[in-house]
Amino acid sequence: MSINDNNKISFKDAIESGKFAVTCEIGPPKGAEEEEIKQAAEYLRDVADGINVTDLQSSVMRLGSLTTCHLLKDWGLDPIFQMTCRDRNRLALQSDLLSAYVMGIKNVLALTGDYTTTGDHPNAEPVFDLDSVQLLWTIKRLEEGFDLADKELTARPSFFKGAVVNPGADTEEAYELQIIKMKKKIANGAQFFQTQAIFDAEVFKRFMDRLSAEKIKVPVLAGIILLKSEKMANYMNKFVPGVFVPETIVSRMQAVTDKVQMCIEIASELINEVKPYCAGVHIQALGWEKHIAAVIKNSGVK
Amino acid sequence: MILTEFKPAEEIIEKIKDDRKIFILGCGGCPEGANTGGKKVLNEMKEKLEAEGKNITGVTEIDFLCQKSLIRARLRRKLVEIENSDSLLIFSCGLGVQATSAVISKVCHPALNTKTFGGITGMWQGTERCDTCGDCILDLTGGICPYTACPKKLLNGACAGQSNGKCETDPQRDCGWELIYKSLKRIGQIDRLYTFIVPRDYKKILPPAELRRSSLWALDEKEVV
Repeated sequence: MSINDNNKISFKDAIESGKFAVTCEIGPPKGAEEEEIKQAAEYLRDVADGINVTDLQSSVMRLGSLTTCHLLKDWGLDPIFQMTCRDRNRLALQSDLLSAYVMGIKNVLALTGDYTTTGDHPNAEPVFDLDSVQLLWTIKRLEEGFDLADKELTARPSFFKGAVVNPGADTEEAYELQIIKMKKKIANGAQFFQTQAIFDAEVFKRFMDRLSAEKIKVPVLAGIILLKSEKMANYMNKFVPGVFVPETIVSRMQAVTDKVQMCIEIASELINEVKPYCAGVHIQALGWEKHIAAVIKNSGVK
Repeated sequence: MILTEFKPAEEIIEKIKDDRKIFILGCGGCPEGANTGGKKVLNEMKEKLEAEGKNITGVTEIDFLCQKSLIRARLRRKLVEIENSDSLLIFSCGLGVQATSAVISKVCHPALNTKTFGGITGMWQGTERCDTCGDCILDLTGGICPYTACPKKLLNGACAGQSNGKCETDPQRDCGWELIYKSLKRIGQIDRLYTFIVPRDYKKILPPAELRRSSLWALDEKEVV
């Protein structure tokens, strides 16, 4: 079944129009089914301008990003194809990019990918034939009509190209390296950025001030994770690379029994605080997609 | 013996195009045996670079450039010349460039590509620090190899997985890119991090034909003892 919602503008148009954009995320299931995705997609239909589909998130084997993007496209939504460098060499990456374009997928998010040992197949070979900057460069090359072997393509793809950056790097070196790599990503074609999840608006503001000082004008969508419990916060602080939940937020969550209400409160507060500084937000609901509409409504951004 | 080969002359000229004063340093170990080192090779490079208008501040050969203490001791008498140089051009395997970079506060340009450790390493007992990739870029990364210092082998900077300077793969392991950043900062060369490095050429890591023909390769052939 194909539902085409022609009234909806694309993610690219939403960003380019300058309106406050909302992207959400779907993590495909670990199984040969589409029901779970279909349900999440319905929750997101009216709130998201674009929907990221994670690519074997956290190095856990599951249904693929490309196929899931294709389903979303069929259902009238605008998918953002997340592509990591962990599992495919340059032949497979280029081929999947051509496949994505042919299936009508127009947004790509280029990522390095978590290391193999962080997931459920720790014995797998880590590929990393390209890095995220080289992947963006590869996409640019395909758009110019050539592959990485300089062979001419019979037809060129064209993508809205995104990348990620971590505004909360915790050492001076890591912070500077994030800025440098962001500039390299822009130089190689990145047209928008989604950030690693933030829980501290001050950290995000400092980062955006730095970008202004550096005259970096590429649209940035602030990463927001829906926090479900204090347990989840502690887990992320301990095990999720690059994500940090401040103690004040952990204790607020700890103090209440209605976790859903507190989750909506924390997320909408954050969105309100970061709104003046960015082009939009990227909300990762991690299974709580049905609460995103309440978060958006509560924050008053739409 | 570690097998190295000369980088193409144009690549070396390009690497040092902004440098006027160059100190040439060679390893007297493996490169001598591979004919990619020795006084003759170093002096030929001196003449070649002088013809290009470069000022050669010194030419020195040290027995084993993979030994930091040896480099430190032998270069003590050359510190003025090195201090007076824009960069060093090094004839050694990747280990030698890394060891020299660790003790000298100047950009160290590799003049050679390391092809294989070929069975016997010089004085260094490990092979983990040089990936024998055949396409050395240690001058761009502060003398720290991103192939061996970063588990993801990233060439264009850090991922976002580090925490307090440690790698996402192992909290005991330093983030290789933070080490690279620190090393380049120490020698005032942060701008090198902006160089876009193209994907690695995996053809270059195949064992060279001359090695495959040698006894170092022929484990399975019976030899008369």
